[in-house]
Amino acid sequence: MAERLLEVKGLKVRFATEDGVVRAVDGVDFELDRGRVLGIVGESGSGKSVTALTLLGLTRDKNTKFEGEVVYKGQNLLDMPEAKLRDVRGNEIAMIFQDPMTSLNPVYKVGDQIAEAILTHEKVSKRAARQHAVELLRRVGIPNPQQRVNDYPHQFSGGMRQRAMIAMALSCNPDVLIADEPTTALDVTIQAQILELIDALKDDFDSAVILITHDLGVVADVADEVIVMYAGRVVERGSKRGLFYDPQHPYTWGLLGSIPRLDRPKPKKLHSIQGQPPSLINLPQGCKFRPRCPHAFDKCIQEPELENRVSDRGHLDRCWLPVDEKRSVREQTIGGEAQEVA
Amino acid sequence: MVAVLFMVSLLVFVVFILIPGGDPAERMAGKNPLPANITNIRKQWGFDQPFYVQYGRMMQKAFTGLAPGSHSEYAVLTSFQNRQNVVHEIKRGLPATFSLCIGAALIWLVFGILVGVISAVTAGRWSDRLITTLALVGISMPVFFLGIVLRYFLAEKPAHPLFPDGEYVPLSSDPAQWAYHLILPWFCLSVLFIGFYGRVLRSNMLDVMNEEYVRTARAKGLTPRRVLQRHVLRNSLIPIVSLFALDFAAVIGGAAILTETVFDLKGVGWYAAQSVGDLDLPPIMGVTLYGSFFIVVFSTLADVFYAYLDPRIRPT
Repeated sequence: MAERLLEVKGLKVRFATEDGVVRAVDGVDFELDRGRVLGIVGESGSGKSVTALTLLGLTRDKNTKFEGEVVYKGQNLLDMPEAKLRDVRGNEIAMIFQDPMTSLNPVYKVGDQIAEAILTHEKVSKRAARQHAVELLRRVGIPNPQQRVNDYPHQFSGGMRQRAMIAMALSCNPDVLIADEPTTALDVTIQAQILELIDALKDDFDSAVILITHDLGVVADVADEVIVMYAGRVVERGSKRGLFYDPQHPYTWGLLGSIPRLDRPKPKKLHSIQGQPPSLINLPQGCKFRPRCPHAFDKCIQEPELENRVSDRGHLDRCWLPVDEKRSVREQTIGGEAQEVA
Repeated sequence: MVAVLFMVSLLVFVVFILIPGGDPAERMAGKNPLPANITNIRKQWGFDQPFYVQYGRMMQKAFTGLAPGSHSEYAVLTSFQNRQNVVHEIKRGLPATFSLCIGAALIWLVFGILVGVISAVTAGRWSDRLITTLALVGISMPVFFLGIVLRYFLAEKPAHPLFPDGEYVPLSSDPAQWAYHLILPWFCLSVLFIGFYGRVLRSNMLDVMNEEYVRTARAKGLTPRRVLQRHVLRNSLIPIVSLFALDFAAVIGGAAILTETVFDLKGVGWYAAQSVGDLDLPPIMGVTLYGSFFIVVFSTLADVFYAYLDPRIRPT
């Protein structure tokens, strides 16, 4: 069995703001083994980015309260001293951000920014670090890396910048790579390239990947396991297969229904989830998806636990609907409205 | 740059020579002059020439101090009031002005950055509030008021004054006295800029701290100190550079007029103040040209330095 790298148990993150306490993350559990890809899916404000940043301790602040545990190789990162955590950041757990346009410092050369990460964690000469930067740029597919290493970020295209970010993240050979919406800001053709690159490099570097996205299509490509987040908590969790072929939570159905698919009859209109995600300061009572859920009934006033309700043991969800009823009603959401009969 | 200077000089010429009502020769000739006298002055000073000839002569004078081939006093840019060579007078004021301005500029740059960094790092805490309040006081304090108060209470009134009372001591004659005499003027001139730069830098830094590349830097595992120096401060200083270039040029070019006057430093600003008091046009014109020269030169330097600091604006 593969080495267990990361274990998140009952993670809660709260920000004290002037308007009240924001429950950004409210109960997240997952495990990550070496060589695996975990997809975290949810819309904006569902807590997926905060979860990722918390793994690296980047949400630490006097107004932030944490609960639960983030165990990395047996150590709890949540109460690890800042100085020790810095040795983990970038070195053992590295991160790629959403917008490559703004994630690189515009005034330093790309190569210097990669070398900076290397020099922070490894005792090597500047020349060696630079040489390593060239090598990394070559591996992420930047043509002519010997010269490109001296370019500034504005001389790179968006896709190249994201490649440079990946090179930077991989510079210290991390065990866990967190990619926070790595393809959202890129063209569709580049998206596929970047995803393939991450997937290939994961094997080369023997790391595990947490892939955060709002796009189930992205997850479908590369993830082994998927968790779906809504309003700071996990509403469904399962293998990619289970989640795509036997989705249990109405929110997941909504997400599935909102992506156009070529393998199904063409709907007149794609499904859209009605309403807005709830305020994380005043959460609705009971199931957090209840106000937007077309299938809500009396029982939903109490929040269901994240439990296994189907035969697949690893497939968990938070929904009171009986499994048979779910299976009969979900098609109309996933397939889109007024489905044409083929 | 040359074009800008040319336009400025033309404008100065128009404003000072062509626009003022009446005939300068009549003004110079004094009360109840003889007509012959006026004609004489007009001819000697060239007021009878067309304006472009007058302009050309003025520029020659401004650059050389003397019109070529002529050594008469009329051929120089000369004060209407006391017939002194304006270029020479400005040159005489340079050491005092340069000492005051360069010293003050160093002080305000160092302390402005220090104040800005401290208040940005401690944003929201008491040190930030204290600095913010002090900066506001500093910005609002008029130089002439602060200068006079300081001079009165620290140099004039006490039986054993802490500081000397005004006057400029040349650096070459006694460096210690030079610095000692300049402490109050330096302080006085830099207070406003320290407050101002501190405020600007604070808000720049707070903006930059929210940039994503700063988050990237932290995610790399850099120490907070390195993130602050290499990523936050470096990017926040870029706008400060252009501010500094223009402020420094303005101060050198005569904006220290109040400080110099209050502390009796016989520099260029002081000279300008005297000339304004005497309604003496050529010196004011000379100082204006001299000041605009520095502003143009320093904004050009700022552009060059800007490109050094920010690779995005370099021509490729």
